[in-house]
Amino acid sequence: MTLLSLRGIRKSFGAVDVLHGVDLSVAAGEVVGLVGDNGAGKSTLMKTITGIYRADTGSIEFDGKDILALDPGQRRRLGIEMIYQDLSLAKQQDVASNIFLGREPTKKLLGLFPGFVDKSEMDRQASKMIERLGAHLPSINRSVGSFSGGQQQTVAIARALTFNPKLVIMDEPTAALAVREVQSVLDLIRRLKSEGIAVILISHRLNDVLSVTDRIVVLRHGRADADLVTANTNMNEVVSRIVGGGDTAAAAAHEQRG
Amino acid sequence: MASEQPGFWARVQRASVERLHIRLESLVVLLALSTAMALLSPYFLSLSNFLNILLATSTIGVLAIAATFVIGSGGLDLSLGSVMGLAGVAGAFVAVNLGWPSVFAVIACILAGAIAGYINGQLVTRAFVPAFIVTLGMLGLARGLALVISQGRAIYGLSPEIVYIGQGRPFGIPMPVIIFVLTAIVAHAVLAYTRFGRHTLALGDSEGAARAAGIRVEHHRRIIYTLSGALAGLAGLLFTARVNAGDPTAGINYELTAITAAIIGGTNLFGGRASILGTMIGALIMGVLQNGLTLLAVQSYYQQMAIGAVLILAVFIDQYQVRKESRV
Repeated sequence: MTLLSLRGIRKSFGAVDVLHGVDLSVAAGEVVGLVGDNGAGKSTLMKTITGIYRADTGSIEFDGKDILALDPGQRRRLGIEMIYQDLSLAKQQDVASNIFLGREPTKKLLGLFPGFVDKSEMDRQASKMIERLGAHLPSINRSVGSFSGGQQQTVAIARALTFNPKLVIMDEPTAALAVREVQSVLDLIRRLKSEGIAVILISHRLNDVLSVTDRIVVLRHGRADADLVTANTNMNEVVSRIVGGGDTAAAAAHEQRG
Repeated sequence: MASEQPGFWARVQRASVERLHIRLESLVVLLALSTAMALLSPYFLSLSNFLNILLATSTIGVLAIAATFVIGSGGLDLSLGSVMGLAGVAGAFVAVNLGWPSVFAVIACILAGAIAGYINGQLVTRAFVPAFIVTLGMLGLARGLALVISQGRAIYGLSPEIVYIGQGRPFGIPMPVIIFVLTAIVAHAVLAYTRFGRHTLALGDSEGAARAAGIRVEHHRRIIYTLSGALAGLAGLLFTARVNAGDPTAGINYELTAITAAIIGGTNLFGGRASILGTMIGALIMGVLQNGLTLLAVQSYYQQMAIGAVLILAVFIDQYQVRKESRV
């Protein structure tokens, strides 16, 4: 079942055309890798999906609804969630504070004063979220900044899950991680998929993209240049599609070393 | 292997930070300082001197609460002392020159402070002038206005009701101390346990994260600066009532002591970490220091130097620990 469907998306900033009619579809529970060279239009495309940018022409359907006219808040309520590369975490606050920031459960103090945060309830739900992701954190009461990059990624994903998303867009989630941690983040992505949540993964690390996705869409010069089934492709083909011909063997070798 | 297990001290520290929101070091410093003073001066350890310290701390303490909220949110308010002076003069002007009932004088104090703080907040969030400059400007503006209103002279002749706020002693406890402690309790509850407090710290921690979480960042900052001004107004009321005069020079350099108290108490200078309980310990350290130096007959000029040195030392230690932690 198609969850997200983009057709003929165009977007320009003044005289600069960034997207020249992109077609893209994502099925429920599908993991789609979005790759492309710098400046290919990946972030612009993602921002037209989350609603930060408004596409000039084209149509966007999500869950059977036309969402072109909706703002980011409305799209988030429909179930589109984005995790940015910087994760947007408050590093000195603990896990639960970050997961529930802005939506803290409250109770009345002594049954009188409203607006008090129900910390124990918050911690309980936060632990459940982390558990649901099959992840392990040293302590739920520690400040997030004391965690490793992968553990911080876990917190960011757990926060995204509290919105009950149908689609999670992740921007370079493994770019800044140690090798060992990359695997745990890829496991988290598989976990999302197993829960029926679709994921769009933007990444320069093609090994990660090849290992976790169902399909790979190559963006080139503002167009979806290739739509490859991951099981039927390989590093060489993906790289050659990204760079568009030329000495692909050398480029692929470079990529594999990198 | 053993190095991966945090030691006993580290665990106690972590627990105190997580549960009580205080830095243990500041409590140790307070106890050590008190012990030293008790050994050096026979007058230090007495109930009346203890109440003296609390009384002297109450004005600074209220300002330090304001400083904690502002700095915790990633802001800065250098105008605290001047706004306190302006508020006291405004209250005395309403009571004496206008001859209005005492309750209006009380309202005038707090309202004058809140308005000054509101202007700070508007300028910081709408005009994009850095908080450092806005509140430094307000430091001059508020002080000047206080001198203009009072024509450079203290306003005397407050009503007994107002003086009671500063000099009354129900159950033997000075009124300013009672008001200060109640304010601190409410402020602690708000900062540590309410959504408002959590959002304040999140904002100081990462404005981007707060914005992404749907917190109205600019609106929140305006509330905090207004609150800071209102608390400075309350401090002005306490001071004016205690000295029985609207003194336009009241509160000069008080922001120095207040900010120092907040930083010693564990407030991160760059925001994101703060607790009123910690600030209270910081304020008491400043109070004990000043009281002790006075008992030891140290000239007040040196006290000023001591406060400045303590501020720099406290920030140095804090930054040193931050760097050490980030290296691990």
